[in-house]
Amino acid sequence: MAKFKKKTNTSTSIPTSALPDIIFMLLFFFMVTTVLREQDLLVEQKIPQASQLQKLQKKTLISYLYIGKPKNTSLYGSEPRVQANDVLISPPEIVQWVNQERDLLPESDRGFITISMKVDKDVKMGPISDVQTELRNADARRVLYASTGKVMN
Amino acid sequence: MARNKSRATTEVNAGSMADIAFLLLIFFLVTTTIASDKGILNILPPKLDPNVPPPDIKKNERNIFNILINANDDLLVEGEYRRTAEGLDEDIKDFVLNFGAPDEEAQALFNSLPASLQAKALRRPESSDHPGEAVVSIKTNRGTSYELYLEVFDLAKKAYFEIYGERVGLTADEYRALTGDDEASKLLLDRGKEGFPLAISIAEPDKIGGN
Repeated sequence: MAKFKKKTNTSTSIPTSALPDIIFMLLFFFMVTTVLREQDLLVEQKIPQASQLQKLQKKTLISYLYIGKPKNTSLYGSEPRVQANDVLISPPEIVQWVNQERDLLPESDRGFITISMKVDKDVKMGPISDVQTELRNADARRVLYASTGKVMN
Repeated sequence: MARNKSRATTEVNAGSMADIAFLLLIFFLVTTTIASDKGILNILPPKLDPNVPPPDIKKNERNIFNILINANDDLLVEGEYRRTAEGLDEDIKDFVLNFGAPDEEAQALFNSLPASLQAKALRRPESSDHPGEAVVSIKTNRGTSYELYLEVFDLAKKAYFEIYGERVGLTADEYRALTGDDEASKLLLDRGKEGFPLAISIAEPDKIGGN
């Protein structure tokens, strides 16, 4: 009995001065590990602005195509290129890519696949129309021109 | 003595550490942009069968609102030169709501419109017969910048959404935010669109001024 009493006399407070450090560690851990974009962009992306934006309900139906001038011009040239997933592709390969993306969707949703075209401001309509022709060939006709909001006066 | 000194320095004031951590957290919260899936939806026309010649559509010239954009980003709207796309949305609204020569069905549609939209009907003979016939056509060159094309497309959509919204007593923004998930919003969506097909035609670009 006497033994127990002695023990209770020792201070029970836990030192809390290290708590901020723990929070710091957590913060740093999440800062380093969070990846906002799963893909490395190989092309320049300055998304144009528009006012009539719509939001799609089902995000799983969206596949992304990035179009713009390659960042590494010495390797890929300075003409606008199309990036799908992690690689630059040429327009004729788009049909195959769409079919791959469509196969990933559940069967009931395959008709509703939407291609979000993230196009750089400086691209001309020529490459865009080539891509759209290929999308028509692939029968992926729902296209979303990705753009950021613009404040209208 | 030495022992005592080391004991005195072990306590560092850590009260503000949490504040610093907070500041950093807020900084990263503000600066990170999470990729959003917002954009302008466009439905492409179906693929043409090479064995079947394209259908010969007979449409009166007055029912088509022509917008041409060349490789220098100049606009030709209904045969009229323009430097910028500004004000195009109002012109498209006037064109769609013209009701130049409505048939019986279109007249019924006209009577169902709110007064603010009825006032827009200018009934000019050289503009569209009625909304069901009206088509907005956008034609570009291969050298036209995507930014201007998107701006024009955006304005054309804006004109239609403003009409839809006004029919059901909403602003264009509120109408666009309707999801169609529940019955009420679906009803509003349908009521707004009824009789006003969103007819924006994107013509194949010319081979001029690009590659």
